[in-house]
Amino acid sequence: MSTYSPEKMREIDAQSRKARRSKRWNNFLHMVGNHSLLIALSAIFILPLYLVVVISLMSKGQAETRSLWPHPFVWHNYVDIFTAVPFLKWTLNTLFVSVMGTIGTVVSSVPPAYVLSRLQWKGRQTTFLVILSTMMLPGQVTMIPVYIIFSRLHWIPSFLPLIVPSFFASAFSIFLLRQFFTSIPDEISDAARIDGCSEFKLMMRIIVPLAKPAISAIALFSFLGSWNDFFGPLLYIVENENLWTLGIGLNAFQGIHHVDTNMMMTASALFMAPVIIIFFFSQKVFIEGVTLTGVKG
Amino acid sequence: MSLSRVNAIAPFQKKGAIAPPRKKLKVPRLFIFLCLSPWLFGIIFFTAYPMVSSFYQSFTKFNLIESPEWVGLDNFHRMFFEDDDFWKALKNTVWISAISIPLRICFAIFTAWVLTKPKRGSSIYRTIFFLPSMVPAVAGTMAFTYIFNPAYGPINKMLEAIGIKDPPFWFMDPKWSKWGLILLGLWGIGDTMIIFLAGLLDVPTSLYEAAELEGASGWQSFRYITLPLMTPVIFFSTVTGVIGSFQYFTQAYVASGQVNDYSHAMYFYATHIYFSAFRAYEMGYASALAWVLLVITLLCTLVILKTQKRWVHYPNGSLFK
Repeated sequence: MSTYSPEKMREIDAQSRKARRSKRWNNFLHMVGNHSLLIALSAIFILPLYLVVVISLMSKGQAETRSLWPHPFVWHNYVDIFTAVPFLKWTLNTLFVSVMGTIGTVVSSVPPAYVLSRLQWKGRQTTFLVILSTMMLPGQVTMIPVYIIFSRLHWIPSFLPLIVPSFFASAFSIFLLRQFFTSIPDEISDAARIDGCSEFKLMMRIIVPLAKPAISAIALFSFLGSWNDFFGPLLYIVENENLWTLGIGLNAFQGIHHVDTNMMMTASALFMAPVIIIFFFSQKVFIEGVTLTGVKG
Repeated sequence: MSLSRVNAIAPFQKKGAIAPPRKKLKVPRLFIFLCLSPWLFGIIFFTAYPMVSSFYQSFTKFNLIESPEWVGLDNFHRMFFEDDDFWKALKNTVWISAISIPLRICFAIFTAWVLTKPKRGSSIYRTIFFLPSMVPAVAGTMAFTYIFNPAYGPINKMLEAIGIKDPPFWFMDPKWSKWGLILLGLWGIGDTMIIFLAGLLDVPTSLYEAAELEGASGWQSFRYITLPLMTPVIFFSTVTGVIGSFQYFTQAYVASGQVNDYSHAMYFYATHIYFSAFRAYEMGYASALAWVLLVITLLCTLVILKTQKRWVHYPNGSLFK
């Protein structure tokens, strides 16, 4: 150590300080670079949503001038939309179908998932593989005979074909719940069984409360699945205007002549709003649900 | 307890260790049966019976009113040799899959990778990137056809402002409408991105540190560490992408309704099935189309499965091996 003179020591000190500073500077540049890239990408992702909201607040004349800011703000669009088209009825219809579908899915998917994950029995693996493969099955293959069943039951047009099938469990929800149930330690069940707890009680009182995050995930997915669904309503309720959902109603806009194009964006904004609000409040559940299964709804 | 402790590809992987033998409990058969009964009812009446029935119908002529009339292979003959719309739809579907599936995977990896970069604040960006995938397909499609409209949509104005002389007419132009749909799909990349993000965050940081010590460049550590470890996720999203793209319907249907797609540039396989079944009421022919769809997706999946040995790396073996 003593081989270095004080001057040399000071020089080394200064160098290392410089190196540290340049490293900090480098880190700072990296951070700026990363965040600018992220902000640019965010702007691209947000742009369509921004444009929808902005156009929804324009007058009809302005909406067709490619402008990017409403002048003046026509807040009235958000009132007029309810009189121009039966928007409230569409919303209530959509809400009804979505809520019923969600209840059905949750009630009917928990028990199968429970026995597939918490109990040992012959044929369990086979059953699980069947469920996995029905998830991969294209809906078009079963669509026509199912349509015929519903039409023989005289359920078309009505909400029943959109609601009733959800009471017979969805493969996707069973899969998600099963993945989660499997991660709960077996010791919990064993302890309860030794204490003489029945299987049903064990499922309802112990496993279901533990699996709240997974159950809220399937509830959210199935609610959004119904809310965003277009094909189901297109098959089953299009014939009766009183039953129209938001998707069907919105798609029919171009045929309704007294509705202006800016109002189309008003309606789109209102259609998106609940989904976006729900998403902001339950992001974590969503993202974990997608991660758990690899698919959305 | 957190959901993220288990992951999407877990069922396709073998457990490293075999669970210790557990004490045999009496199997509550009745309970199991009762629990499975809703699903069993569903699979019999909404899956098994319909499959058998549509298989039979694919050999018949059936218009919902009269009872099905056996025509042998006529439907398939008509499909391959007489129906131009079938070939058009198939070509469009293959075209859009071939472009959008790889593009979606690259874009998902890119956005997820960018999200892992910053030390803080990435959750707000993640929210923004994920948000569009939540938007209802009908609303998203209406928004896109409107803002990309060459006459009164602001997008082309922006493109002109950044110096693009003659921006495409997007959905109004048969040559460009599929690109409009592809952009719409990329906008909703969120759910795919989240799976990649989870995968990226699972990569042990020690690997990157080791690579850095060995003097690997950023690109090298991405190419030789990140990418191989991502292959199971890439494989998974390729398979679901292929299955999904043959069922691509809502966006194309809504968009072609908005712009009057006379040249059928946005006419896809699922659209053809829908029109055959519920506009022309040719249930037999539509069933035949649906079965051909099933065979095509199965073949594609099998091909991808066959190739996976060569490029998919599973950390602890795979169920499909």
